[in-house]
Amino acid sequence: MAHRWTNDLTEADVTPHGVWLNRRQIMAGLAGGIAGAGLAALAGPAAAAGDDLEPNSWKEITSYNNFYEFGTGKSDPSERAGSLTTSPWSVRIDGLVERPGDYALGDILSKMTIERRIYRLRCVEAWSMVVPWDGFELADLLGMAGVKAGAKYVAFETLLRPEEMPGQRYPVLEWPYVEGLRLDEAMHPLTIMATGLYGKPLPNQNGAPLRLVVPWKYGFKSIKSVVRITLTSDQPPTSWNKANPREYGFYSNVNPNVDHPRWSQATERRVGGGLFSRRQPTLMFNGYEREVASLYEGMDLAKYY
Amino acid sequence: MRSTTDLVAGWLNGRFRQVPVWLVYLTGAAYVPLLFYWGATGGLGVEPIRALELELGRIGIKLLILGLAITPLRRYSGLNLMKFRRAIGVLAFSYVALHLLVWLVLDVQDPARIWADIVKRPYVTIGMAGFLLLVPLAATSNNWSVRRLGALRWRRLHRLVYPAVLLGAIHFTILVKGLPIRPSVYFAIIIFLLALRMRPGALLRRA
Repeated sequence: MAHRWTNDLTEADVTPHGVWLNRRQIMAGLAGGIAGAGLAALAGPAAAAGDDLEPNSWKEITSYNNFYEFGTGKSDPSERAGSLTTSPWSVRIDGLVERPGDYALGDILSKMTIERRIYRLRCVEAWSMVVPWDGFELADLLGMAGVKAGAKYVAFETLLRPEEMPGQRYPVLEWPYVEGLRLDEAMHPLTIMATGLYGKPLPNQNGAPLRLVVPWKYGFKSIKSVVRITLTSDQPPTSWNKANPREYGFYSNVNPNVDHPRWSQATERRVGGGLFSRRQPTLMFNGYEREVASLYEGMDLAKYY
Repeated sequence: MRSTTDLVAGWLNGRFRQVPVWLVYLTGAAYVPLLFYWGATGGLGVEPIRALELELGRIGIKLLILGLAITPLRRYSGLNLMKFRRAIGVLAFSYVALHLLVWLVLDVQDPARIWADIVKRPYVTIGMAGFLLLVPLAATSNNWSVRRLGALRWRRLHRLVYPAVLLGAIHFTILVKGLPIRPSVYFAIIIFLLALRMRPGALLRRA
């Protein structure tokens, strides 16, 4: 089931930082007009016109993180996650599956096909990045465990280990962090479990050794350092929804038309643009409307935010 | 008999008397170009606009808290920082104003959105209200205004700093995602400093 989706961004987009910076500056200089249209054509059919699609640098992706298990500051994860033990690692897959059990990460990886997926990442805080993930489709993992007929949702859980995750000593959120998807969202070809970044193993601050990536949803849905995956018949609880149900819904699809109660979601700022970075419009489903809009047909997205 | 606290306070007061006020202004002012320099050269991380905005706001509220602490410090410990109070207040206003300016010019950028945010977003509305309360205080932070208004009216006017700093703390608290632990600490300190003023502290001290 691997390779069900092809990047709208190519390997050529994963360029060294220096080159990348130059290209971005050139692009900024030529913003709009013919240049924008030309780039969009190059980037492929799913790319939005005039969008800046260069992947963010290794430094940007690994130094600006929300991973509250290590603190609420953006640099806390990169400063404090180094001591997290990620080997050995196993994932308990249970609930409505044919073959429940504790799966060693090595065993999982030996059966999965790792691919490069260059995705936009849009945080609910209105900043964004483009990230070259390496990972496998979640559908393949669920297939390995065998999804039973009654399963409708997939629940995920992050490691709970306050000795190594100092943020878990404070009740900023209820620990362990939990997330969930509808089964069709989980089986969608865009939904991956990431194991790497830029061809290197996933750094701890980015959710090592195994994390979910759902590119059309706000970043907090893409749960990090996953230790448990449970197939359920009922909608599972999710951490931010439990903390503040009015502000964070179960779906949390990127949607420029539905504001966060405290701030606008219409625009975003790409990380790495410097002190004079311009805001850019946020795209419906984070630019993956063509791929995922059908999942939500007939749903009132202002109600199911 | 003089207590240890009095001795320490007396010694510190002697030291502080030697510190010229202009040095406080200079230190406060010098940090601003440094912050912008770091922002432009990567010293504030990969999202410098946000970092700059947060840092300016945090320093603004810290200076406001420091300003509030001066009277109780003198009353309860004998430490006298009165001569720096105006400088601290003026610097606090400057940092809050720069925080607002960075938000307007670098962060939100779009004039239409700025107005929409002020009207629609409670954290912006509250922050803006706090800033507006500080404007008359900054404008009257000079000897001419004190003479012109008279000491009593000037002091009454400057009590606006109490609601202003509370609005600032609310602004900070409701911005945070999750349980706002750090803003709550600021809040507790502010409430404590304001509560000290509500009690007739002078009665306790007069011996």
